[in-house]
Order: sequence, then structure tokens, then C-alpha cells
Amino acid sequence: MISIAKLNRPSRRALLKSGGALVVSIGAPMPLQLARAAEEAWLVGAQPPLTPDQLSSYIAVNADGTISIFSGKTDLGQGLQVALAQMVAEELDVPFTAVKVVTGDTASSVNQGGASSASGIQEGGKQLRAAAAEARRVLVELAAEKLGVSAAQLVVDGGVVHSNTEMAKSVSYAELVGGRYFNVTLAWNGKIGNPLYAPGKARPKDPKDFKIVGQPIKRQDIAPKVFAQQDFCTDIKVPGMVHGRMIRPAVAGAMPVNVDESSIKDIPGARVVWNQGFLGVVADKEWDAIKAARDLKVTWSNPTPPFPDQASLYDHIRKAPVRKSETEGRPVGDVDAAFKNAARVIEAEYEWPFQSHASMGPACAVVDIKADQVTLWTGSQKPHFTRDGVARILGVPPEKVHGIWILGPGSYGRNDAGDCAIDAALLAKAVGRPVRLQYMRDQGTGWDPKAPASIHRARAAIDASGKVIGYEFTSKAFPRVDVNSNESAPHDTLAGQLTGVPLKSGDGFGVPEESYGFANKRTGYWETIAPLLDRGSPLRTSHLRDPIGPQVHFASESFMDELAAALNLDPVEFRLQYVSEPRDIAVIKAAAEKAGWQPAPSPRKGQGGNTVSGRGFAYVQRHGTRLAIVANVDVDRSSGKIWPRKFTVAHDCGQIINPDGLVRVIQAGVVQGISRTLWEEVKFNNKNVTSVDWQSYPILDIAEAPEAIDVVLIDRPEIAPSGAGEPAIRPVAAAIANAVFDATGVRIRRVPFSPDNVKSALS
Amino acid sequence: MSEKFSLSVDGSTHTVTADPGTPLLYVLRDDLGLNNPHFGCGLAQCGACTVHLDGQPIRSCVTPVSAAGNGKITTLAGLGTPEKPHPLQAAYIEEQVPQCGYCINGWLMTAAAFLRDTKKPTEAQIKDALSGLKCRCGTHLAILRAVKRAAAMMG
Repeated sequence: MISIAKLNRPSRRALLKSGGALVVSIGAPMPLQLARAAEEAWLVGAQPPLTPDQLSSYIAVNADGTISIFSGKTDLGQGLQVALAQMVAEELDVPFTAVKVVTGDTASSVNQGGASSASGIQEGGKQLRAAAAEARRVLVELAAEKLGVSAAQLVVDGGVVHSNTEMAKSVSYAELVGGRYFNVTLAWNGKIGNPLYAPGKARPKDPKDFKIVGQPIKRQDIAPKVFAQQDFCTDIKVPGMVHGRMIRPAVAGAMPVNVDESSIKDIPGARVVWNQGFLGVVADKEWDAIKAARDLKVTWSNPTPPFPDQASLYDHIRKAPVRKSETEGRPVGDVDAAFKNAARVIEAEYEWPFQSHASMGPACAVVDIKADQVTLWTGSQKPHFTRDGVARILGVPPEKVHGIWILGPGSYGRNDAGDCAIDAALLAKAVGRPVRLQYMRDQGTGWDPKAPASIHRARAAIDASGKVIGYEFTSKAFPRVDVNSNESAPHDTLAGQLTGVPLKSGDGFGVPEESYGFANKRTGYWETIAPLLDRGSPLRTSHLRDPIGPQVHFASESFMDELAAALNLDPVEFRLQYVSEPRDIAVIKAAAEKAGWQPAPSPRKGQGGNTVSGRGFAYVQRHGTRLAIVANVDVDRSSGKIWPRKFTVAHDCGQIINPDGLVRVIQAGVVQGISRTLWEEVKFNNKNVTSVDWQSYPILDIAEAPEAIDVVLIDRPEIAPSGAGEPAIRPVAAAIANAVFDATGVRIRRVPFSPDNVKSALS
Repeated sequence: MSEKFSLSVDGSTHTVTADPGTPLLYVLRDDLGLNNPHFGCGLAQCGACTVHLDGQPIRSCVTPVSAAGNGKITTLAGLGTPEKPHPLQAAYIEEQVPQCGYCINGWLMTAAAFLRDTKKPTEAQIKDALSGLKCRCGTHLAILRAVKRAAAMMG
């Protein structure tokens, strides 16, 4: 058993006290020999409130001169902690190794939105950079007073402030602050979550002076994982804890009408927790909890099966009444007139299935309810929101819940982790013991919130000269968020929905992001339809990595390829004719050049034999990031099997913090994109989801891995960094589809490109 | 009916009382407090629970404790240490392989047995040996780079 002491994050106080000779006692700041007004104003012995407008909420100088930073973002294994430490070390002029990063603990950080929308650096890093710059400004001002030198004459090196004319005139950060808290108010924009921003008066460094940002510093979290020393959320054990398991119905929407607790009376310590549709068991030992969940006799209600046959999914979307529609942005020109005047109209429709997060392990959470404090250990990537959700379902104030984020078994959006935390809270409340709840595999894949299924229609008006004079793109889909992208509200959780909380389904979809300069263009329209089952559905939708991005851009970038082919143009040249932004042009050219792209229209001519090869191109934007990708594939005509042999990516996310980490994130994103393109489709029948494990929800196997994913990084130090954790998934499906067309002359407009689907498309 | 089992794990012997049908995974995690083998599927489909039994990779989520018999069990923690890393562990760090890392037991324990038995493997042999293991973060290329690097280190 892991002791609690080991698991608890060091408190702020413990961090501040750490270090040798400079240890200060709790509550008693180092006495000042010369009390100065500035110091009294800027430093305090007790921590100011943990609010977004306090510098101390983000950064502390410890007694030993190390720096602690507190982030409400979470690092899911993509190197965010390293990047944040680099940004802070740069601003403060301290060594990278002096910065300690604490993430996702609600007791030490404010709500910065957790892992969300690839904004770890874009938003989370931006805030910490601003905080570090402000901390440096305050420290230099303090040093100026202490040394009797004007701030303009001071420089900082390795955490020591000294006069630029007299090196001996110096004072370290630790001497200035060590053990006390910043007492500096920031200009908070009043927002929490991703958009939270609270800068101080200082301006961050000029990128030309960067020494640490831009370096390929390695991750610190690899070795503990490799040597089996990393505790995951699944490894949390607390005294008195019992193990929980949830029980879900075989027919979605069914409710338990009778539960025979005597059926598990022989299982030691097994107990049932039942409240309306919420049904779980606990036992002292994990295997006993699993057996109890398996053996418990439950009589279920007999609802009308809620789902259509899978084969009619897309017909259902086409025919279903529109629940909400919206036009995002403004159309360009007069699209209707363009189509009226067109010499030729090209149209196509694309389809994308429900997909599952299918995290590596099913979710786990531990909840310990004490009289005055609830402690939550969660792998949910937005722990502040999870904390709020646990507080609400338990009916306690959020400040009474301490949420501790610990790496979970994979996390790619709103997976099953959030529901698991809320379920664990209800179990713990019911049994009066701390509960560790882990779902089973079928629940992890079968009952996580799903990425929405969708159809997309694109059409283009071509004039007599072969110029695209009109472009229209629309989507009709299940909404991107039947349940919100976080679990802070009970109506957004299975536990809430199954215990009768009034429903409040979310809505919304999204649109392509690109810069095609067609004279008449309308691409902002989407329609959403109602969920198939409105309460407790295994097909409820929410965010899966790059929500709606792969769907929309599979369609939009396949369609660009269709236009190029219809006009007998090279796909890269076609895009370059219409793309208008220099950064877009740069990624397109860089990818093509790196891939050795030889201009020619698709499909490729003169290929015989069973195995044919093709290359495909796609380009996208995402929230400021731009990338272009070349896919090289081989297609086995007889089996329908696609080998995605090689990819070349050109990626521009503005200023690069860590090129080594960035390349790895892009490569893994491309692989996950390949998996979603070739294999991933949530299967269901009219009763329930039938994708419940790795056989029924296959992902890309290592034997099918590309032989190479070449990455060209375009660094733009002068442009604020944008995200990288999600954009690389976005163009993959289109690039593969375009490559398959190049190889075979056959256009595949429905994901996944599994061998069966490809074979039937080719025949 | 519970029975007593004497298990040799990473060089230490432990006596546990368990139902003979209990999967070894839960004995390792619950009774011995070892965290490194992970529950991924309980179906022998992913590899997250992999340990060695007498040098052979097994899926502890479907192996009853009774089947472990008097065999020698090695977990990832027993493969190497920061002071004396297995070449695969060193290569994993060098290549910065895992993202979340929850899958790591499957890849390292399977590859360790494979590289012990197969010197100078080809890429196709490596892929074949590792096929079926799951990594959801998409670190496939880094895994292959690390296994090739370890193979070179092991001669």
C-alpha cells in the first residue's frame, strides 16, 4: 500500500520551506534587517488567497532559491511540464533545473481549464510566462532597493541579481524572497478556464534574448515510468478504502427494477449501492468487487431499443429534424449567384462515425469523504472542474473538496475519467468508506462519451475557365457536446443523469479552418440533431481529441483534392492558387518540398498489379496553428488493406518552446489520426454499443505503423505560441483519402478505411 | 475456497492467501502492493498487465494465481533499475518513448523476452513480436526506435 504521505503533493508551505540553511519556520517570515516599504508591500509571510489575480497563485521563490510554479493545466505525457518550466526559467533568468512544476492540484493552482484544446502552452504557458515576467520585475525592484542601484542597471544571471558595473553588488532571489509569498495583484481578465489571463506590469522577454525557450530539453517524467516508479491514478490506495465497480444495462436506457443483493452474499464484504439508474457494488478486495458486479442478479426494465441499425446511421442523420443550426462567421461574396453562374458544379458528401476515446485503461478515481474535507484523486484532465462536479453531486461547497490530478490511463478529451470520479463520489457517500472505482474495459470503451457522427456536404462552382468561383460547406451531425467537455455539472454526468437530475443537453458543432480565397464562400453553416437517447446514453457525445476537427477537415480537404482532380490540377498547385495567408503558403510549400512532391494531377497513371501506391496532400489550420501533410500509402487491392507508409508534416505553431517535444507530439498525433482514419468506428446495434474492447474497437497496430513521419518545424519566435497537441490529427484522414485516390482512382468518402470498407469501395 | 500461495516476485518470496482463480494481476496489485502491472482490459488484448513467468511474457490479468505455481515472476520493477537499467529501459529514456505510459509493461516485458531470444532482429521481426500490444497515445514510431536501439545495445 502506498502511504498517503507519499501521494500527497507537497504543500505550498512545505515547498517554500524546503532547502537547507534558509529554512524558515511556518508563519514566521525571515526577519528583515531593514524594513522597506516595497518589501512590505510585495512580500508576505502568509499566502494570499488562491485567486487568479494573485501572483502568488502561480509562482513562488522557495527558500533554497528554486522556483515553484503552479499550473491549472495538466500534462498528459506530452512534455507540457518541461515546456512550462522552460518558459518560466527564461523569464526569471534561472536555470531550467531550478523550476519545479506542480500541476492540476486544486489546493495549489487556480482553474486554468486543465488539458483542453491544445492550450497547455497557448493559454497556460502564456499566463505563467506573464507571471514569471512580473515576478522578475518585482524581484529586480526589490534588489534595486537593497543594493542601492537603479533597476535599469541590474541584470539577472542564475537567479542572482547584480549590478551591471559591479558584479560584487549582488543579491540572490532566495535572499530577497525565500520563504515568503509574493503579494502582488495582477490584472486578471475575470475569466477562469482556458481564457484565464492575469498579466502584471512587466513585459515578457524579447524572443531574440531567449536562451532556454527553444532548447530540446528532455522530459523528466519518462524515467519514473520506465522504472515502474510512476504512480498512476489507478495506484492510489488510502486506509479503509474499498473497491467499487459500476453495473451498466445491456439495453441502453434500461433501469434496474429489482436488485437481488443475496446473489452476492457469499462474496466477502460485497455491498450494493442502488439509486434509480445508478447501480454499483463495493468490496474490500478488487477481484471481489469485480465478481460481485458480474454475479449480482439484476432485473432490468424493458425499454424500447433506442438506437437505429448501424447501417442506417447516416440516413438517420440526413432525415432527423434539425435541433439547432448556426452560421459561424460571415459568408464571402454572393455564393448563390456564383452557383447560378457556374459552368460546372462539383459536389460531394462525406461521413464520419462515432468514435471512442478508448483510453489505454478504463478510468479510475478515488474519493475519500471526511467530515470536513473530501479528497478526490482523478485522472480527469480538467481536475478543477472535476472537483466542482464532485462538490455538486455531494452537495458540499467546492472549497471543501480537494481535487488532486494524477496521471490516468490515457486521456484524450472528455473520456470516461470524469464520470468515474462522480460515480466514485456517490459510492463513497453511500458506503461511508473511501472508494477506489475503476471501470471495466467494456465500460471504458462502451460507455465513455463519444465523438459525434456526422455528415458533411461540400460543393463548388467552377467557371468556364476552370476557376473556383463559389464554395459552400455544411455539416449535419450529432452535437459535439451532448454532455459538456467537463464534468462540473451533474446533468453532464452519467451519475447525474441516472439519478434523475434534470437534463440540459449541450449543442454546437464547428466549421473548417483554412484560408482559401475563393471569391464567393460560405463555410460556416452547421446543423445538429437530437441525441438518440437523451439520458444515460452510451452514445452521448463530447470532446475527443480535436473535437470535430478530423471530421470536418476530412471532408473539406478531401473536397479540395476532388476539385483539383476534376480540374486536372496538381493538388499542391491547386491549393497554392487559392490559399492566401503567408504562413499557410509556407507550410504547404515546406511539406511538399520535404516530401519531394513532383507536381502531377491525381490519380497516378500507369500502375498495375495488386499493390498500388499513392500520395495525398492536406493542409489545415487550428486555432492559430497551421500545418500541411503528405501521406504516402500502399493499397492492397485484393484485401483492401492500406499501409500508411510514410508521412511528411510541416508544422507552424508560432514560437517553438521545445522542438524535441514538439516533434514527438506531432508524430504521435499523426499516428492517432491514422488510427482514427483506418480503423476506428463505434459499433452498435439497436440496443447498445457493441464496441466494448480492442477486438470490437480496433486501433492501429504497431505492425501497421508508418516507416517514417518526417516533421519540418517552422519556428516563428515573434508569434505567440499556439497549440500542437491536437492539430496534427486534423488533416490525416483527408491526406490518406487523397493518397488512396491517387493510388486507385477511387474516392473514399466514409471513415473508417478498414480493409472491408476499402475492398467494397474498390470493387 | 482460498488457498495459500508462495510467489517469487522480482527476487522476493511472498505468501498470499487467495482464491485459486484470482487473476495474478490482482494478487500482485492488491495483496503484494505492486503497482506496475496495470489493468488495461482483463482480456489479454492489450498487454498493460504483462509480467514474466519464468522468463516468458504472460498476461497477468487472465492468468490465475494458481497457474503461477512455483514459477519465478518478474515485473517491470524487476527488469532493471535506474542504477542498472535494462537496455530497453535505457533506450526508452533515450528515445523519450511514452506519453501516458500506462501501456509500458506490455511493450517492455514483451520486447525484453524477444530481444533476449532474438539477436539482431529485423524490423519485420520486431513488429511481429510486438503486434497486438496496444499504445493509445500513438507512440508507435518511438517504440520501434527504442527497441531497435536496445537490440543494437544487446548485440
